Amino acid sequence: MKYICLGYIKPGTFEGMTEDERHAVLDECFEHNDHLRTNGHLVAELPLQPPETALTLYWKDGKVATTDGPYAETKEQLGGIQILEARDLNHAIQLVSQLPGFKYGLGPIEIRPTLDLNEMLKASEQRRRKSTAQ
Amino acid sequence: MPTPVPEQLSSTIETLYRAESGRVLATLARLLGDLDLAEEAMQEAFAAALESWPRTGVPEKPRPWLISTARFKAIDRIRRRAHFDRTQRDFALYMEARINQAALEDEEIEDDRLRLIFTCCHPVLPPEGQVALTLREICGLTTEEIARAFLVTPATLAQRIVRAKAVIRDRVIPYQVPSSQELSARLGNVLLVVYLIFNEGYSAETTGAELSREAIRLGRLVLDLLPEPEVMGLLGLMLLQESGRAARTSSDGNLILLEQQDRSLWSRDQIAEGISLTENALRSRRFGAYTLQAAIAAVHVESSSTASTDWRQITLLYDQLLRIQPSPVVELNLAVAVAMCEGPEHGLALINDLLAREQLSHYHLAHSARADLCRRLGQIPEARASYEKALALVSQEPERRFLARRLAELK
Repeated sequence: MKYICLGYIKPGTFEGMTEDERHAVLDECFEHNDHLRTNGHLVAELPLQPPETALTLYWKDGKVATTDGPYAETKEQLGGIQILEARDLNHAIQLVSQLPGFKYGLGPIEIRPTLDLNEMLKASEQRRRKSTAQ
Repeated sequence: MPTPVPEQLSSTIETLYRAESGRVLATLARLLGDLDLAEEAMQEAFAAALESWPRTGVPEKPRPWLISTARFKAIDRIRRRAHFDRTQRDFALYMEARINQAALEDEEIEDDRLRLIFTCCHPVLPPEGQVALTLREICGLTTEEIARAFLVTPATLAQRIVRAKAVIRDRVIPYQVPSSQELSARLGNVLLVVYLIFNEGYSAETTGAELSREAIRLGRLVLDLLPEPEVMGLLGLMLLQESGRAARTSSDGNLILLEQQDRSLWSRDQIAEGISLTENALRSRRFGAYTLQAAIAAVHVESSSTASTDWRQITLLYDQLLRIQPSPVVELNLAVAVAMCEGPEHGLALINDLLAREQLSHYHLAHSARADLCRRLGQIPEARASYEKALALVSQEPERRFLARRLAELK
């Protein structure tokens, strides 16, 4: 089963580190990711640029409206996303607890199981086929 | 690119996981002394199997392959930890030596499962944690499967497991079979966990069958590892209760009482095995409450109808059960049996007495049993009042419908 892990980070955490500390965290993180990949646990990893690069879109009065910055203004911001392959939720918890960045206290990590849309997709295809047939 | 895994091989590995993960995990837990590390090493070993078996084929003896691969994975993980954390270096050397010298004879590996069962069912863990941990670590169910069976969210169940594991770690609960002085009490707790799982499956409407099957499988495993009379008694009891599953509920989900059940739907195999286990346990003369309950269930299933049931024998067995395990619920059952062999008025007097002590006034079955006896004695207003009390207390939907039907049938 696939789990999406949303890694949050307090802005400034990295910037507040010395260069040596930063290198140590990064080296350990990258090595750990290699290890996860070798064992088939790391499906994908998507690090994000900092929150000030975010742009949020709204649908307002039939038009697109935009604002600078992330959708939710919180103390911690989304720093990156990992997709993990794990046997079950407790296995995912274990994999996440081992992440070096997490152990260095960069911020909380939210685990979300992915949703299987196959059934909904099939039902929708049937509906669409029916409506084209008419 | 990894070689794609053929469907047949991936289902072979899944079957192997169900059959072997308990053994592999238990051995790793002993070697590593850490359940999380053991689990991780095992998952990595299965991942390695998925990766290399498409090329090499399935090894002749998959279990030693998995254990040995998991050992290397664990050593690798400990080394990597030590690489980044100097304080872990001595620990890594110690663990490597320990893992390499560990005994891996088959006998030792069988004992490992018993060790892990006693750890998962350790009485310092919260009871719901014991149940969840046992189903996951011993039976190999996933967090999501257990959550579905207990009708809680996976996140709730996952936390029960995380907390239980934290207690094992913090209290340094050892992976070992208790000493002979402790064994009887600790085995009692293991049997309680098994019976809790079974009972959850007995009453649940939809997910029940799966949990009951799992409890019976677990009972067989414990009996294999520790052939004590009470283990036989519990397995016998579960088989005898399970034998009536197909006859217990109608196609529309309504409850069918023993006297109205189609006895041809009872599982003859389960009855035969249940009775033979119960007889063996009784012969040992070292039996306890589970064996007595199994003996009572055996009398029920051996009779061809409610009328021909040996109710005298059942009252004697309940009397004995009451002596070793006094409880108002057993008293209630005794009262019902007395009503069957000495007449409803005798049973009713005992139930009135029980309810007057207020111990069972919140137990719906006490009121429904009273209602039934009043009905048979023609005390209709009394019967109605008791059915109404039972209805107000009942929680399972089929039982609620049954009581409502009985109430409506009163003239």
